Amino acid sequence: MTGVRVLVGTRKGAFVLSSDGKREQWEVSGPHFAGWEIYHVKGSPADPSRLFASQTSGWFGQVIQRSDDGGQTWQAVGNEFGYDGVPGTHQWYDGTPHPWEFARVWHLEPSLDDPDTVWAGVEDAGLFRSADGGQTWQELPGLRCHASAPSWQPGAGGMCLHTIILDPDTPSRMFAAISAAGAFRSDDAGQTWRPVNRGLRSDGIPDPDAEVGHCVHRLAMHPDRPGVLYMQKHWDVMRSDDGGESWHEVSGNLPTDFGFPIDVHAHEPDTVYVVPITSDSHHFPPEGKLRVYRSKTGGDEWEPLTSGLPQEHCYVNVLRDAMAVDRLDSCGVYFGTTGGQVYASADAGDNWAPIVRDLPAVLSVEVQTLP
Amino acid sequence: MIRVVLPAHLRALAGVDGEVELAVPGQITQRTVLDALEARYPVLCGTIRDHGGGRRRAFVRFFACEQDLSHEPPDTPLPDAVATGTEPYLIVGAMAGG
Repeated sequence: MTGVRVLVGTRKGAFVLSSDGKREQWEVSGPHFAGWEIYHVKGSPADPSRLFASQTSGWFGQVIQRSDDGGQTWQAVGNEFGYDGVPGTHQWYDGTPHPWEFARVWHLEPSLDDPDTVWAGVEDAGLFRSADGGQTWQELPGLRCHASAPSWQPGAGGMCLHTIILDPDTPSRMFAAISAAGAFRSDDAGQTWRPVNRGLRSDGIPDPDAEVGHCVHRLAMHPDRPGVLYMQKHWDVMRSDDGGESWHEVSGNLPTDFGFPIDVHAHEPDTVYVVPITSDSHHFPPEGKLRVYRSKTGGDEWEPLTSGLPQEHCYVNVLRDAMAVDRLDSCGVYFGTTGGQVYASADAGDNWAPIVRDLPAVLSVEVQTLP
Repeated sequence: MIRVVLPAHLRALAGVDGEVELAVPGQITQRTVLDALEARYPVLCGTIRDHGGGRRRAFVRFFACEQDLSHEPPDTPLPDAVATGTEPYLIVGAMAGG
């Protein structure tokens, strides 16, 4: 392992931050696609030189970019995301039926073993797949056509499919999460889906323990233990030990259990990271102190990580796709803020330093560990 | 030749500087001009008009000869000044922001 490449999507372009294994000196490249919103950039596990980026604009719509040289050069690939068949309706904010309308790609999840295959989670919630390096996209309509879908409602940020997790042990199994429908699991490579929200309780919906309707913000899985899932819900940090069949709360001693990202240490499946945020109406850290919380016990017992992070007058947010870990021997942890800082820790969160301080608002952070 | 002016973001996406000049066969309409533009620069497909239906994206406007043509039927002939290349056809990102 010789280095890392941090892929940062922001409100005004993409940035590539590169360093050697020490992760002390950084080279910053960008902005790529300046002026466009870059919701997500992610590299292929099967070919680290291949990157995919979701480039969007309220004016000019969706563009998907692909790099085959680690982000030095890019080419636009296919951007036609057509729902399969005649799209039905979901509930609009006022409770009326609203036709499914494609807005943007929130998340790109490259296949674990095929550099030409990549999954896309989109708003309005749907799952697409490309098997030709992003040139063409086909919807897997089983999720959007789930019997509960007409009752789904968008969260404040839109009805987005924001999380896709591929099970490394069972290639036919994958997870998706939608705001504000909840978590779903497929056991046939995305053809059919069922909600996996048992144990969630959300006081903001009419039936707090309904099968669907929960605002799941993020799911995380350690690849060595794919039966265990962690979830940051709108409120509550949750854990499942049975592949999502049931969940129990592990918020424990967190100062607040509201937040967006959640991630797992690369080498310790019981070590989990969250960034508590004050509340759904105050999207900034409690007391103006930016603290990552780490649990080494798989939840419930959390410790604040503050060294190198601002502990006064800090009112940024950390969005759901804006935290990642590298796989170096001493696990690196990274997150980006809506204030434009990208923080890195080369010692699993004990100490932090900003790689950059003044980017546009950060939407997503991914990390590639390079051979 | 038809002269087309793109907004900055689409010039960057298409990799062009300044105006685009297009040879457009047949009648000169918004549809034939945009078809020719997308044929020359496939990367622009879906950024000006929706895929499939070809509906103008909500925050894109079409101007020419000091007129807003955004709501004109796509098969209406463009002004002679555009068809002869005297005046450009302007594709504009609507003003918004703050």
